[in-house]
Amino acid sequence: MKNSHEKVEKNVGLFFLFTVFAISIGGLVEITPLFFQKELSTPVDNLKPYTALQMEGRDIYIREGCSNCHSQMIRPFRAETERYGHYSVAGEHVWEHPFLWGSKRTGPDLARVGGRYSDDWHIAHLTDPRSVVPESNMPAYNWLNTNTLDGEITGRKLETFNFLTRNRSHKDENGNAIPLYTQAEIDGAKDAVKGKTEMSAVVAYLQSLGHALK
Amino acid sequence: MSSFWNIWVWVLTLGSLVGCFLLLRMCLKNFAGVEEGESMGHSFDGIEELNNPLPKWWSTFFLLTIVWAFGYIALYGLGNWTGLLGWKSSNQGILNLAESKAKTLEYLSKDSGVLVQYDREVAAADAKFGPIFEAYAARSIEDLATDDEALKVGQRLFIQNCAQCHGSDAHGTTGFPNLTDKDWLYGGTPEVIKETIMNGRIASGMMAWEGALGGDQGVKEVAAYVISLSGRSVDPELAKAGKAKFALCAGCHGPDGQGSLALGMPMGAPNLTDNVWLYGGSKRVIEESIRNGRAGVMPPWKDILGEEKVHLISAYVYSLSQD
Repeated sequence: MKNSHEKVEKNVGLFFLFTVFAISIGGLVEITPLFFQKELSTPVDNLKPYTALQMEGRDIYIREGCSNCHSQMIRPFRAETERYGHYSVAGEHVWEHPFLWGSKRTGPDLARVGGRYSDDWHIAHLTDPRSVVPESNMPAYNWLNTNTLDGEITGRKLETFNFLTRNRSHKDENGNAIPLYTQAEIDGAKDAVKGKTEMSAVVAYLQSLGHALK
Repeated sequence: MSSFWNIWVWVLTLGSLVGCFLLLRMCLKNFAGVEEGESMGHSFDGIEELNNPLPKWWSTFFLLTIVWAFGYIALYGLGNWTGLLGWKSSNQGILNLAESKAKTLEYLSKDSGVLVQYDREVAAADAKFGPIFEAYAARSIEDLATDDEALKVGQRLFIQNCAQCHGSDAHGTTGFPNLTDKDWLYGGTPEVIKETIMNGRIASGMMAWEGALGGDQGVKEVAAYVISLSGRSVDPELAKAGKAKFALCAGCHGPDGQGSLALGMPMGAPNLTDNVWLYGGSKRVIEESIRNGRAGVMPPWKDILGEEKVHLISAYVYSLSQD
């Protein structure tokens, strides 16, 4: 065993391989088994898919980077649940692609913001946050009032979600998967959003958040 | 977790701990063929590599972390084994709120062998704060409104949950009512305030009237009449024409525009004669309200806050309009 670690120290490629191996153990133990856990692929009872308008709102939420400042993950601490409601559970998020949990709270958590404020409040707040919360440092998103949706690819978004969630949807009484969206909903998606403002889409999305565990 | 993944977790975890230990042991041995502290035989710019052992404090701490890991596993578990404490952070895997409550009750009992950190935390807080809230809940809102301590709690709850719309001073803002001015849409008695907060006010709202009033001219006429109701001067011709059309508005706002509350109707149509304006009293805004309608919504809070907290907030809000 004379100085055998010299082999590793003098060979960058080998050192890299050993490093990757060492680092991957944590992931293999803590993350890989999660992919195969039943409770992490079973939707909670009341989970409803996003409507076409909410789906567009969600994409605007992603586009505007809302999740840079707002988390959607209530942790199981009393200090959090007193303010935001029941802690988030896996079954609420099984249809999310991508997850919008976020990791930073410059603003409050939004996991259960749905129904907490009126639509009017959200519109006033997104148009000019200071008009309702004087100390807020959130940027104004007033262009959402004037941008309108054309709905050209809304139907395809719904179809994509059907595909992505095919193993994680609700089951009917015979145990067959119920797709998130019917063909009629996919066909009607364009008409459901066409001409609506981005503001109405974002507000519809925000009002849907946390609906499944209330 | 299936038994495959259970074994996977156990083997990888224990394997890497043992691996760390063996690596450490190997590195503590001197197999360089050079005496400890002597030169390894190369030197760069006069700087030599010596065959020094790992620092004692470092290798001892490394060893201690391995020992620590076994202690940690014993207490908090590994794979499907829940450990000696039976510890969990929360009840994941629940499918509805009823199940969440049932699990909480089940695990809070001492003999369940499961310690859910979150549930313990909440139970401890409930034991401490529960009696305080209960005592407040047993008293009337009028009584609480004269109790400084109760009002402080109510104010804190108000600031955290209500100030976003009604403002931290409860003076409201455009579209969100001022709660301090004795001008109420649904009523300012303690019972009505509590009812409003508990169940919200999701009124059908005011419809858009432009069509029914015969277009823009009709809107202008009715707006002129509405402005005249609070004593401001307007074009008398317009106001006269507006008065004739106001019959359409009287169904909710009353024949004299005194508001639905004065008529004893629970629909939240504001008094138009008192020069208090929820959305603004300028000609432009009043015309806009008539043209497009308004639909203010107060969300229900009973499920979010629970009745005891709503009771205290009601007392605080009630106190704001008492002199």
